[in-house]
Amino acid sequence: MTGQIIFILALLVTFGVFYYTVSRIAALFRLTKPAFPVKDFGKRFSMMLKVAFGQSKILRRPVVGFLHALVFWGFCIILLGSIEMVIDGVSGTEKSLRFLGPVHDFIMAAGDIFALLVLVSVVVFLTRRLFLKIKRFEGIEMKKKSHIDAIVSLSLILFLMITLLGMNAGYIKHAELTGEKIHGVYPVSAILAGLLSGSNAEHFWLLHRISWWSHILTIFFFANYLPYSKHFHVFMSIPNVFLSRLEPLGKLANMESVTREVKLMLYPEVATSSSDQEAAPGRFGVKDVEDVTWKNYLDSLSCTECGRCTSVCPANLTGKKLSPRKIMMDLRARMKEKGPEMVRKGRDYNDWKSLLRDYISEEELWACTTCNACARECPVNINHPSLIIDMRRYLVMEEGSAPGQLKAMFSNIENNGAPWQYSPEDRLNWAKDLEININ
Amino acid sequence: METRKIEIPVMSELFARGEKPEYLLWVGCAGAYDDRYKKVVRAFVKILEYLNISYAVLGKEETCNGDPARRAGNEMLFQMQALQVIDILNRYEVKKILTICPHCYNVFKNEYPDLGGHYEVVNYIQFLNKCIEERKLKPGKEAFKDSRITYHDPCYLGRANEVYEEPREVLRSVNADFREMKRNRSFALCCGAGGGQMFKEAEKGTKEIFIERTEEALETGASVIATACPFCMTMITDGLKYKGREQEIKNLDIAEIIAQSLGL
Repeated sequence: MTGQIIFILALLVTFGVFYYTVSRIAALFRLTKPAFPVKDFGKRFSMMLKVAFGQSKILRRPVVGFLHALVFWGFCIILLGSIEMVIDGVSGTEKSLRFLGPVHDFIMAAGDIFALLVLVSVVVFLTRRLFLKIKRFEGIEMKKKSHIDAIVSLSLILFLMITLLGMNAGYIKHAELTGEKIHGVYPVSAILAGLLSGSNAEHFWLLHRISWWSHILTIFFFANYLPYSKHFHVFMSIPNVFLSRLEPLGKLANMESVTREVKLMLYPEVATSSSDQEAAPGRFGVKDVEDVTWKNYLDSLSCTECGRCTSVCPANLTGKKLSPRKIMMDLRARMKEKGPEMVRKGRDYNDWKSLLRDYISEEELWACTTCNACARECPVNINHPSLIIDMRRYLVMEEGSAPGQLKAMFSNIENNGAPWQYSPEDRLNWAKDLEININ
Repeated sequence: METRKIEIPVMSELFARGEKPEYLLWVGCAGAYDDRYKKVVRAFVKILEYLNISYAVLGKEETCNGDPARRAGNEMLFQMQALQVIDILNRYEVKKILTICPHCYNVFKNEYPDLGGHYEVVNYIQFLNKCIEERKLKPGKEAFKDSRITYHDPCYLGRANEVYEEPREVLRSVNADFREMKRNRSFALCCGAGGGQMFKEAEKGTKEIFIERTEEALETGASVIATACPFCMTMITDGLKYKGREQEIKNLDIAEIIAQSLGL
């Protein structure tokens, strides 16, 4: 009974803190702008199945990708077991889902096997992080905090797997010694139990209970640690993939506010009547967090700093300052800095800083070739180039700021309809004296 | 060998005579003004003539479709160009656009519909591949039989629009030894000229992107580096010059390879 009360209290605290965190994040989302209407649910489901559950993009790096896929699939199956643990904890029962029969056996067996697979994968990940110098984990944006965050998250997962196996092994050994019935199938823990020596069933029950409590309380802690960690992708990646942009990577979103202005210029007689009611256009492009779309912000929360984007960025590979990962991390950090103040003091709050320049420099933005390698590589379908272009749009249209050669390109297009300084009269010069061989 | 002079059909003249060609051939600014790329357009037009395709160009009425301005953040200029181009295209009741430059292809196919410009947009590589598949076009097997060819995926054909296999199919048709670069298809490395970079110096770094990519192409031992984009061609050709290999290794566009194989 005492156990139940403690458990319910812990559960309430977990949900309470989680609710507080979610409501804070929701308030930050309310500061963002619309992106695109969410439709085509069929396409979205198949995208989610392929990219999130099928891990298709992370498997573009087959070895490490496969280890991650094991952790992900293990997480999904072990989560089912955790639901049973919560029911047991609240109601004071044991293996409450055992009425599911073979399904329960399957969940327990799969969870038990995956616990070992996840454990091995996480040990490999920790080894890579701690002892190998992996270029992808370095970079100007990768501060000590990021590294510690990664190590803490991995260590917590490792601890979860150890306690899960300890819990199962203790349960089996206790049942074997007392002759009680074992509910569920535990292939890995059965072997572990066989390795355990001792004949006092009580000790193994204690091992089971301590592991059980450590496991579930760690989950409660982890769930509330994640939203404040780079590891938030555990929650955000599936929704982010589901809410992906479905258009070809090459497509940039049209700016309707600009279309209105341009139509007003080109066809004043048609446009005036309809645009009268339109409010004065806001800022063009992105300068700070209030200009980004909900999708940009969701992208930034889904980023787990794996660096696959940066590792394929042609600019970054050749020593330029641009790092697509940094763009996402900067957006997240800036929202964390300014967003809560805006929620508290109103949208007009100004700290005389901005995402542009205080976080992301013009040099970074102008180095992008819009090759989309970053977006193609991101395992959770983050789209970095769209944000980079939106920041260029702010620079060009609000500040008239761009590298001189690009300004020259603009004026060439304006004056002679080509990015180079040639006359439209010469457009057909290529066609002169053209002959074809007739065999 | 006999030759025949080609008169390029211009839309306004055809329209005045009440003729409507099947395709509008979008030449693009590089095709019109870049001396190297003019040759690519000439090669592709020869193929169109060889196949008796009904097409016309806008000629002096063609103007930048705004793509470089949009990628460089000048949405205002992009939309002004785009609305003008849509006006011209609609005036000639254009239904199908045949593009050479993949940047033009991308902008017509993916971005013009948002501004009311709805066309069937075909890239020349897809066009060539379709003609080969339908056996209307049978590239020669002799001209490149002793060549090793590698192909550099342009970002705006590849990742941007997922056209990966068609260029490879076309290249396989000329009977050459085809080799992939280490990074190919969706993994391909950009030439460094996209997103407005074509028109400016690169930011400070440790290396030029086009050199990195050219080195990768050279690793294949290819004697021909095939490209399918005017910007890529400028960059790879510069890369070959930088490496001092421009005499022995050719940078050809896929249209030139096909035209040469046919002896056009």
